[in-house]
Order: sequence, then structure tokens, then C-alpha cells
Amino acid sequence: MLTALSVPLDGSSLSRCVEADWMSSGMCAHYARSVETSPTMAECGRVDSHTMDKSITLPPDEIFRNLENAKRFAIDIGGSLTKLAYYSTVKHKVAKVRSFDHSTKEAASDKLYEISVQEEVTARLHFIKFENAYIETCLDFIKDHLVNTETKVIKATGGGAHKFKVLIERKLGLKVDKEDEMSCLIKGCNFVLKNIPHEAFVYAKHADSEFRFQTTDPDIFPYLLVNIGSGVSIAKVESEDKFERIGGSSIGGGTFWGLGALLTKTKRFDELLQLASKGQHSSVDMLVKDIYGGSYGYLGLTGDLIASSFGKSATADKEFSKEDMAKSLLHMISNDIGQLACLYARLHNLSRVYFGGFFIRGHPLTMHTITYSINFFTKGEVQALFLRHEGYLGAIGAFLKGAEEDNPNQYSWGENYAGSSGLMSVSPDMYPMQRARSGTFDMLEMDRLDRQLVNLPLLQEPSSYIPDTVDLTEDAPAREYWLFCFEDALDGVVKRAVASQPDMPEAAVRAEKFRQKYRHKLQTLRYQPFAYGSLTVRSLLDTREHCLNEFNFPDPYSKIKERENDVALKYYQKVVKSLEELSWEDRQFALVRGVLAGNVFDWGAKAVSDVLESDPEFGFEQAKRQLEERPWLVDSYDQWLERLKGPPHKCALLFVDNSGVDIILGVMPLVRELLSRGTEVVLASNSGPALNDVTNGELQILTERIAAMDPVIQSGLRDDRLTLVQNGSSSPCLDLSRLDKALAMVVRERKTDLVIIEGMGRAIHTNYFATLSCESLKLAVIKNSWLADRLGGKLFSVVFKYEVPAGKPSQEAAVLTP
Amino acid sequence: MRHRRDSREDGETSGDTCRKGQTQTMTSSFPWFGMDIGGTLVKLVYFEPKDITAEEEQEEVENLKSIRRYLTSNIAYGTTGIRDVHLELQDLTLCGRKGNLHFIRFPTHDLPVFLQMGRNKHFSSLHTTLCATGGGAYKFENDFRTMADLQLHKLDELDCLVRGVLYIDSVMSSGPSECYYFENPTDPDHCVQKPYLLENPYPLLLVNIGSGVSILAVYSENNYKRVTGTSLGGGTFLGLCCLLTGCSTFEEALEMASEGESTRVDKLVRDIYGGDYERFGLPGWAVASSFGNMMSKEKRESVSKEDLARATLVTITNNIGSITRMCALNENIERVVFVGNFLRVNTLSMKLLAYAMDYWSKGQLKALFLRHEGYFGAVGALLELLHPS
Repeated sequence: MLTALSVPLDGSSLSRCVEADWMSSGMCAHYARSVETSPTMAECGRVDSHTMDKSITLPPDEIFRNLENAKRFAIDIGGSLTKLAYYSTVKHKVAKVRSFDHSTKEAASDKLYEISVQEEVTARLHFIKFENAYIETCLDFIKDHLVNTETKVIKATGGGAHKFKVLIERKLGLKVDKEDEMSCLIKGCNFVLKNIPHEAFVYAKHADSEFRFQTTDPDIFPYLLVNIGSGVSIAKVESEDKFERIGGSSIGGGTFWGLGALLTKTKRFDELLQLASKGQHSSVDMLVKDIYGGSYGYLGLTGDLIASSFGKSATADKEFSKEDMAKSLLHMISNDIGQLACLYARLHNLSRVYFGGFFIRGHPLTMHTITYSINFFTKGEVQALFLRHEGYLGAIGAFLKGAEEDNPNQYSWGENYAGSSGLMSVSPDMYPMQRARSGTFDMLEMDRLDRQLVNLPLLQEPSSYIPDTVDLTEDAPAREYWLFCFEDALDGVVKRAVASQPDMPEAAVRAEKFRQKYRHKLQTLRYQPFAYGSLTVRSLLDTREHCLNEFNFPDPYSKIKERENDVALKYYQKVVKSLEELSWEDRQFALVRGVLAGNVFDWGAKAVSDVLESDPEFGFEQAKRQLEERPWLVDSYDQWLERLKGPPHKCALLFVDNSGVDIILGVMPLVRELLSRGTEVVLASNSGPALNDVTNGELQILTERIAAMDPVIQSGLRDDRLTLVQNGSSSPCLDLSRLDKALAMVVRERKTDLVIIEGMGRAIHTNYFATLSCESLKLAVIKNSWLADRLGGKLFSVVFKYEVPAGKPSQEAAVLTP
Repeated sequence: MRHRRDSREDGETSGDTCRKGQTQTMTSSFPWFGMDIGGTLVKLVYFEPKDITAEEEQEEVENLKSIRRYLTSNIAYGTTGIRDVHLELQDLTLCGRKGNLHFIRFPTHDLPVFLQMGRNKHFSSLHTTLCATGGGAYKFENDFRTMADLQLHKLDELDCLVRGVLYIDSVMSSGPSECYYFENPTDPDHCVQKPYLLENPYPLLLVNIGSGVSILAVYSENNYKRVTGTSLGGGTFLGLCCLLTGCSTFEEALEMASEGESTRVDKLVRDIYGGDYERFGLPGWAVASSFGNMMSKEKRESVSKEDLARATLVTITNNIGSITRMCALNENIERVVFVGNFLRVNTLSMKLLAYAMDYWSKGQLKALFLRHEGYFGAVGALLELLHPS
């Protein structure tokens, strides 16, 4: 575990070499080659051939980001990889809106509200994983770039923590504080399972998508954690604080590596795995059919089953290939671990078994053999679950132990797609471009969210809720289309980003960096759709937002939104007046058409942004004319109307979408109608900006302005019957399992009995199939011709999906019948 | 084996067996064999009648006599066939006949030689039924027919195993005890082999370590189930030893193992934690990672073949021990009987198993061993010949 540095090198020369490499890409190779006469340099050149080629183009700003603000460290040193965790603060720009103080001269301005970009400091967790060979170099780098650290201690775990203690203390001047490996792993495991959606996955080699990501079950306990390091440790985890090491095995990654090195004369772990992937184990293993001639039918053992590992090599006069021996060894160890895991799972009656440790490290062959073994031994009763960030568990746990004063567990955290490398980024099997860029350095960044995120209390079955309608990891044609679509839209996004910051001359440079980063993400996802969990339209949108934020474009649409809001406000009273002139029934229909027409005004959808940019006169009325006539593509309007004839809802929760016409002329009149019916309304809007979606900050101001014109809205606000809440997200889509805790509270307190979700992002791309425990209304206009086609409609088709939970009416009936 | 063909003279005999016999009281005609064709070894048990009457002797065909003579007067057959004389059961009454039970083994890869001999010497003319178990009974059934004109009566290996174990245990009332255990397994200086009386054997966990491993839970003579198995067995030990040390026989491998030191190869808990891993009750001497030290080039260069053989033995044995222990817990069985040829002359593994069972179960589990280690399947096959179930 500790002594197994596979690259025997003179540390200092390597240090210089590697550092030179990431400081100025491409330099190192020349440097090394030009001094070949020096033996150490020649050695360095040799390293160059198998490690440098991966990291040679690594941009210096991609690793150890925000190191200068690092506050706290933890390190996990394993047999071959070091994982460093640091907690840092990130200054980034946020867009704020502020209402003008109308009592002062500011009011003279014709602007609706003031938009300002402010600097905000948020907490971010950085994790970086690299080969142990780089440890000294990395420590030097950290030393040189560390400015603000307050801490005097570095938490350390892993077998290597002991070995490198002196080095770390000397280099960093921090005291090494060792933490127990197992408890760190478990702390880390709990953390990722709670905070990273799609963290766990099932591996299925022959399925459409090899990775089947699990939905985030709010209840993660109990589970079995099988950590395969040099040896194997098996722990039963029952709660955040309660776990027990119930067993283990000495046959683990160290056995594969050590025995493999002896058998094949191959030194490196990854090379051994490479060998294994090319081998045929049946030439080394004695199979059931070698003994029986076929299957052992009586016991249902198939002929291909291994009866005796290495059973055929019990002879002195035959040579076996390295590949075959490596494969046989991998099978032997994986099967053995799988079997023990099953025996422990059965004994403790656990069905969730997570695998972690360096032996797995995302290697498909290893995951496949373990999955196979688990399926075989439990006949499918137990699922082998793997973790996207299994390599980081120890480091995360060690970090959490040292950070208890920061109370990391009281916050929710979110994976930052812009700063994280994604699954298998350093796997040699992977897409070469991805590998070249992140090289041997794999990264994970997590942002501390401003609030705790929880389930919508009205979800029918939280444990099986999947926000996304289409899993692009599985649906290849859809993936193809959307990846193309996002790439195609990139120019426009870049243009808009630059335009949003006219007084910043370097915006163009930043926008170009954004373009490169996001394009690279898209290319990575083309080859590894599973890199960040299930690939979905939502994840593509969120990744774009993360990348924009990364390069300080916090709200490219701020000015467009303001203009739209301003225009729409001017029409509000007129729209309300014309609605009031209608009969009750006509008004109900006009209200729905209004919401739908408003929803056409969506700068996020390409078809609409094209029209709007070329023809600014495209108005509300014109939008209504664009709408599909009834019957709509999905049309339960009649049921909705019938329902409205009944008693008013107690409280409606409305997830709003775009700013401007959508929120002001479409949604607000509906809010008004609901309030007039005696229904309380909770308006849930984004906490942070995403496309042209209205943010909570903007909505506050808009609602005040409307209240000033409209007594219904005014009294609603005054009497606390109209409430504005933020949803906790900055996404154009909606994940009902990760909502602001305050929202969940309001929903519960108000006894919400109707949920309205509008817009393509929130009601089509996500939540289309979500089942709620109360009445729900999902409405959207399909503004994408491909999607319309898929759904069997056409551009501007309407989805009006009113649902009553199964069992609800019959419950009422039961009450009525004596 | 090669010399064996010479001993099989041509001859004839009436070939009615228990199975074929019209009357149930009639016992099968001689010769009485039971065969277990495993992945590595063929195990053969042969009943030598000692109560042959003069009349019988006259009727007995020459062929049959020569077989008896050959088998009982030699202790080695050819280059690889061996009779385990120390296991011979004398004065045994079987099916109304008194005689000695002989235990013979040869490598499965020499089976063609055996068959060729049977063909040359018209073994089939004895019209005997050859009861055979083990995978080879299926794999080589056709070879038996085409090469030696012999019809195999195939039997399930686990049925035979269970039957054989229970039978041998029941007949071993005199002489050295069939079943034994190790007293003080955790104290190397006072660890001694002691006889064990296997009365009321049920329930019993039966671990058969051949090339691979099968683990059975036995609840009564006719009620057992295969709990699980592992491919890490005797074949793995020998296979790995051959690759790692260049040896070619089990005996060689064991010999080397007895001279080696596994702690130079394995990474122990104390190598990682400096001592015990107290938090989880792991003693410093426990193996944390089998072959874990071999991740280091330097250490790979400093270990001996003997060390590697020892580490292989320890790894395989401990793994069997730990799977067995989990099965015992899952099945709620406290007595474990280890059998199979992996344990032949392998006191190292037996003591290790005894130790592991005792230590990790805190004395709850008892490891038991049987003297006839690998022959129970063959015995079971013989019993099937005589008393068809």
C-alpha cells in the first residue's frame, strides 16, 4: 500500500520536470530532451514518455484552482494515487437587481430596476487526484501558491499518510493529523450519496448504456460499503454516525498488483489491467466444462463457470501469456470479493452494496467482473453499486472531519460541472482529447449552496422520482440531436455573453474561454455521455450555466430581461382589463392561452430567439395566433375547466419560467384569478439566473410594481395570500428533489393542493412524468421542432396536462358514501 | 500407470451387479470399484475380498485375479499412480463380504493411459459396472465407451461425497479415529491433533477442497444442499505455485511452502498500521493484503520461491477459511468438516484452517478433518454400486 510507488524516480528532478510541464505546456519535453546527458534528466525524459504525454497540454489554470484562497486541507494517500482536498472561497460575480428608491432622484431614470454585478464569496470544495509520483511536486506547488491559509493542520488518511507525513510537514509547514481510513471513507460516502445526484450507478456491460445511474433516494441507509484497496474492508453503515467494520479479505487490489507483477513482470497497476482486458482466462482457468465436458447440469452450473482459478497452469511444461494470466487473476479476485460481499450482505440482510477503492477506479472490466460475480452469487437479489467519485471518498471524509467547525453537513453541496473532470477522465481507454487535457489529474469541485435542498413534500414517491424525461445516455438519437443543438447554439450564447458586458473590454476573451470550455465538455459528453451521471437536457443546460459562471458571465440575459419586463409591465393593465370583460368560462380559457402564449417568449429556445431578434414587434397577440388550436397535443383542458367549477383550491404552488411577457402578462393574470377564487398562491422562481428565466430578485420587484397597479395582487401580498419563494436552483429545468427547504416548509404549512409547472424546461424536459400526491397542471409550448416531432406534434404544439393523483377522487367518494 | 496394463490379464467373469441383478439380495459381482474423476486427480477405491472360498477361487477368472494381485501387491502404479497404504481399511465387512478397502489415486491427465490399458486387457469382458462420479465421469464417458468399451454408471459427486463421508465415519470404530481436530489451534507450541468422535454429526458444514471448493450444508444423510463454492482451491494453489516457482507437483509445492515465510510476501496489518488496527480489532499479524508486498519491485526481488509458495498456500487457505466461516454463520452451523485432496499431507493448511475458524469465530466454530481426505466421492460411488439408492 505505501511502498508501491511504481515509478522509481529521483523526486526532485521529476518535480521540476512536472512543474515545468503544467506551468508552460509543452516545455517539459524539450527541457528533458535537451539535457539527455544527465542521467536524472534522461530518467525524467523516460517518464515523459508515459506520463507527460497525458498532461502535456494541461493548462496551468486547470489544476489546483483557487489554491491561493485555500482555507483547509485534507489528503488521502493511497497505494498509487494521492487525493488532495481543500476548502476554498471563490470570488465570483453575481448579478443583483435592486429597486430604485423612488423618493430620490434615481427615480428619474427610466430603468425598471438597477442591475449590478457584484462580487460574492462562496465556498467551494476542491478535490484533485494524481499519481503518487507527483506528490512532491504538488506539495511544492501548493507551498508556492498558498497565501491565505488559516489552518496549521492537514488532515490525512490512507495507507500512505504515514509514509509521507514527514515530507508533508516539511514542505507545507502544516502538522499532519491522521484520521482513521475507514471512518473517512464512510463519511465521504455518505456525503457524496447525499449531495451528488446520480452518484451511484449500476454497471451493465451489454446494455444500451453501460452506466445506469441510480435516483437519489433520500434515505441512503443502511448499506454495505466494500472498499477494495490493497486488501478489502467491508463495513455496514446504518446512519451518519453509526457504522461497523464487519469483515474483510486480504485478497484485494494489492493481490492483483503484487501477484500480477510477479506473474507478468508488469509493474504498473493500470498496465496490468490493460493486459487483463486483452486476455483469455479460459486458457489458464479450469472451467466447469474442462472437468465435466459441459455444464454441471445437476447444480445448474454452466460450463463456462470457473471451477478452479489457475487450475490449468498446474504444469511445468507450458507457457501462459501475460494477458491470459492477468485476466485470470482479475477474475479470481473480483469473483472472490463479490462472493464475500454477498455473504456479508446476506448475513446482515442488506441489499445495497457500494464498491469503492483503488482496485475499481472506474475500470469497466473490473466493474463488470464484480457485477457478474454479485449477480451470480445472489441471483440478482443484490445489486453491485459503484460510485462516480469513489476515489475521493477518503479525502472527502478526512476533509469533513477537519471541517466540523464549518458544519459542512448542514449545507447542501452541488457538483460544479465546469470544474469537475467527470467519470473516467484519466482512464487510458478514454477519448484521447479528454485525456490529453486533464491528464493524470482528475478533479472534482463542489459548491456550497446557499441553502439546504430537500424534496418537494408533494412528490408521490420520492425514492423513485426521476426529474428528467429523457435519459440521453440511453437514447442515442436524442443525445446526438441535443449535443448538436447545444453546440450549434454556442455562437449565440457567446455573442450574448459579450453583449451583456459592453463596458468590459476583456469580456470577449472570457467569452472565448467559455466557448472552449463548454465545447470541450460537449465533446467529452459525445464520447462519455455518462461522465456526470445520466446525460440529460437539464445537465447540458446546467453545465452551460456553470461554465458561464466560471468565466464571470453571471447573467448574460439581465438586460434583455429588464427590457422585456419593462415592456410587458406597460401592457399589464390592458391585458387584465380585457380579461375581466370576458365571461367566466371564456376568461378561464383566455387565461390558459395567455400563459401558453407568454411561454412562447423564451429566449432560451432557439426558434423563438431567432424570431425575436429579427422581429422585435413580435407581440403577445401574435404569439397567441402561433399557438396550436385545440385539441392540443396533450389536452386535458376540459377536465381542468370542470375542476374550476368546483370548490377553490386551498393553495397553488406555481413554478414560473421566463421573465417579461411570460411572467407578467401570462402568469400574473392567472395568479390574480386564483387569488380572486380564494386560492392562496406561492410563486416559486429561480434563486439565481438561468437564461431569461425570472429570478426571485426580479420577481420581487415586478410583483411590487404590479401590486401598485392591481389591488388584487396588492391585497394578496398584504394579506400574505400571495407568497414569493425561491426554488433553490439556478437551472432552466426543475429538480423537485432538490428544492429550497423554505419552499418545502411553505408548501407544507399552506396545505398546497395544486402544483402548476410551466415551460419546456420544467414541464417537458423535466417532470413530464413526475407524479405528485396532489392535483398538478403542467403546461408548455413546444418551441423546438425536433422535440415536437418526437412527441408527435409540430412547432408550437401545446401540452396541457392536468392530473389528479390516482385514488384521490375515490377517496372523496368514500367519504361521501356512508 | 503404464505398467498397469501388464497386470490385467485377459479373462472372463460373470458380470452381474447389484444394479443389474434380478434379485435384490445378490451382491454385485467382483471387482468392486468406486471412481471419482476430478479436475486434477482420479480417486479409485478398490475392495479386496479376503473371504474368498476355495470354490469361488476356482470359478474366478484369471483376469480378475490378476487385477487383485496387481493392485494389492503394488503401492505405486506406473509413474504417477499411488496407493495410499496408510489409509487402507482392513477387515471391513461390506455387502456381506469381508475384505480390505484400498485407496488409489492418479492424475486425471493420465486417464487415457488407464483407458488404453483397460482396452488392451479387455477389462470390459468382466462385465462390471463402473460406478464413477466427479466431472470426469461425464467428460470422459464417451472415452470410456470408445476406448475401453466400458459403460460408466455416472453419479453426482456431491451425493457420493456426502454418502462416502458418512459411511467411512460410521465404519471407523476401531483403529485410528477417522475424524480429528487440532487442540489449542491458536497456540502453535501446543497445537496437537486429537481424535474427534463425530456422533450426531448433523448439521454439518462439509467443505470439499479439490481443484475448486464446494461447500455443503448437510442436515441428514439424504438432506444436504450446496451452499456455495469458490474457484480458489487446490488447483489454484498448485497452478499459481507452478507459475511462480517453476515446480510441477503438489508435493514439491508443499515442500517449498513449508520452508518459506509468507510475511515477506504478504502485507500485514502491522506493515500498514505499525501494530494492531485497534479500532476494528484487527491484530497486527493479520494479513491485510495477500501478496501486497509484491507491489514493490525491491521486495519482489528479495523474496524466495519458498516464500512465494508459502504465501500462495496461506492466501488460498485463509480465503477458504473466511468463506467457510461466513457460510457457517449464514447457515447457523457450528461444525465444519474439511475434506478433499488439497489437505493431503498438508498439515500447514489444516492448522491454518483450525486457527482461522477458532480465532475469527472467537471459539464458536470447530474445524474437523477426516483421514481419508479426498476419497469420499470414490467411496460414495462404490456404495452406490453395492447399495443403489
